[in-house]
Amino acid sequence: MEIKELICIGCPLGCSLKVEMENGQVKSVSGNTCPRGDAYARKEVVNPTRIVTSTVKVTNGDRPYISVKTKTDIPKSKIFECMKEINNAVVEAPVSIGDVIIEDVANTGVSVIATRNAFAN
Amino acid sequence: MKSVEIVIIGGGPAGLAAAASAKKAGCNSILILERDKELGGILNQCIHNGFGLHTFKEELTGPEYAGRFIDSVEELGIEYMLDTMVMDISDTKIITAMNRVDGMFQIQAKAVVLAMGCRERARGALNIPGYRPAGIYSAGTAQRLVNMEGYMPGKEVVILGSGDIGLIMARRMTLEGARVKVVAELMPYSGGLKRNIVQCLDDYGIPLKLSHTVVDIRGRERLTGITLAQVDSTGKPIPGTQEDYDCDTLLLSVGLIPENELSRGMGVEIDRVTNGPVVNESLETSITGVFACGNVLHVHDLVDYVSEEAGKAGKNAAKYVSNELAQSSKPVRIEACEGARYSVPRTVDIDRMEDNLTVRFRVGTTYKDAYISVYYDDTRILHRKRPVMAPGEMEQVILQKDKLKEYPDLKQITIKIEQE
Repeated sequence: MEIKELICIGCPLGCSLKVEMENGQVKSVSGNTCPRGDAYARKEVVNPTRIVTSTVKVTNGDRPYISVKTKTDIPKSKIFECMKEINNAVVEAPVSIGDVIIEDVANTGVSVIATRNAFAN
Repeated sequence: MKSVEIVIIGGGPAGLAAAASAKKAGCNSILILERDKELGGILNQCIHNGFGLHTFKEELTGPEYAGRFIDSVEELGIEYMLDTMVMDISDTKIITAMNRVDGMFQIQAKAVVLAMGCRERARGALNIPGYRPAGIYSAGTAQRLVNMEGYMPGKEVVILGSGDIGLIMARRMTLEGARVKVVAELMPYSGGLKRNIVQCLDDYGIPLKLSHTVVDIRGRERLTGITLAQVDSTGKPIPGTQEDYDCDTLLLSVGLIPENELSRGMGVEIDRVTNGPVVNESLETSITGVFACGNVLHVHDLVDYVSEEAGKAGKNAAKYVSNELAQSSKPVRIEACEGARYSVPRTVDIDRMEDNLTVRFRVGTTYKDAYISVYYDDTRILHRKRPVMAPGEMEQVILQKDKLKEYPDLKQITIKIEQE
C-alpha cells in the first residue's frame, strides 16, 4: 500500500490529506474536513485539475479588461493552452458576470466565463 | 453640516458587509465613503478563485464575491460616495472628506465604522541595499497592473516574501508568460496559505527558498538583477551563501499594515501587535460608537471572515445609534500569551456579548500537534489539539455566554498554545 500526502486546495483552510493507494486505485482519504477534500484528493492523485482565472480584453467598455474563469476545473496539462485562447480573445461590452466568453476552451468541454461586469461606453 | 447616523469609511469587503448589515438591523441613514472610483476594494484585483466558500458555499473569484455585496448594497438603497477621500475624523465623529465634485466637506456621524483595509509594506521598510531602479513593485501593485489595467510589469521575475499576494502573483505572472525564477522568504516558514504554495508554486515548479532574503539590487535605470543570501536564525545574511539572479522585476510581498492614520488621528487606542484598533466584543474601539472591522482591525487571510466580522460591526453600530447597545459595564480582559500573539477582541463584556463570541488570533511560530488552550482565570476550559498551526493562518476559539456566566467573578480569559 502506498500513502500520498497532499494539501487540499479546496479552500483556504488547506487541510493535510492522506490518500491510501493500492495498485493505482484510491483506497481511502483521511484528514479532510469536508466532502470537497475527499473529491479533491481522489482527483489529484489520478487526474489533477485546476480552475484557471485570467483577464480578457474588452472593447467599447467602461474598463480595458474583465476578469474571467474556467466554469469548472480543467486538466492541469491544459492550463497553458487555455491561457493562449484566453489571451487571443476580445469581447465587446456590455458583458455580465457569468457570460460565456470562450466555449469549449482548449477542447476541454469547459467554457470560460466572465467574472465581472463591463458596461458599454 | 450634514448629519448621518452611520458613516462607513471604506467601500471594500468590510465596508460593504457592515453597511448591508447595519441597514438590515434597521438603520436607514448610512453613508459609505470610498476613495477609489468603484466599490469592492482590493477584491476587484483578486481575480483568482477561492473566495466565498464559507459565506456562499461556492467558490467565487474576488470580483464575483465583491459583486454580490455591491448588489446587496445597491438593492438595499444604501448611499455611497466614490472618489472621496476622508481626511480626518474628530473624536466627536465629525468627518472631513473631499472629492472633485463637492470639494472639502464635513459630516457629523452618530456612529463610525472604520473599514479602511490595509496597505502593503514597501521597500523602504526593508532596508534592502543597492540601487533604486525601475522594476521593483509591491505584489499588489503588480496585481492591479496585470489584472485591471492590462500591463505586464516584466518578464524575468524574483519575488521576495511568500505572503499570499506574492504566491498568487507568482502564478499569475507565469500564466501571462513571465519566468518567475524564485520566491525568497526571510522566515523559516511561509507567510502564505499552504494551498497557495501548492497551486501557485508547486504546480509551476517555482522554487521557494525559506530563510533567504535579497541582499543586493542591481541596475541603474531598470532592474538587472538581485542577490539572494541565506539568513541565520536572527535574520542576518550568512556570508558565502550569496546567489545572483538576473531579473528585470522584483515583487515584494512582505506584509500588510492596517491603515490606521484616521483612527490614530481621532485618538483610537491601537494594538501594538496587530497595528489595528483595540476592540471589545462588539468590535467597538476605545471611542464609544466607533467600530472597526476587516483588515484595518487585523489582517485576515479569508475575506469570508472579514464579511462576518464586518456584519457584526455594522449591526452593533445600528444598535448603538438606536440606543440598544448597553453601556459596557465590566469588561473581562482577554490575554493572548505563550504562542498566541494577539486576540481580537481584547475584552469581553458578558452582558453585552451574543450567545457565542468568536475570538481570532495568530500564533507566533509554527506548531505541530500542539493545543490551543483557553483559561478562565486558572481553570482550563478548552484544550483543542491542532495538527498544524502557522503564523500565516488565523486561528479562532469560540466563547460561550452560558459558560462564561458560570464564572461571575472572572478577572481574565487567557488564550495560549500548549505542547500537551
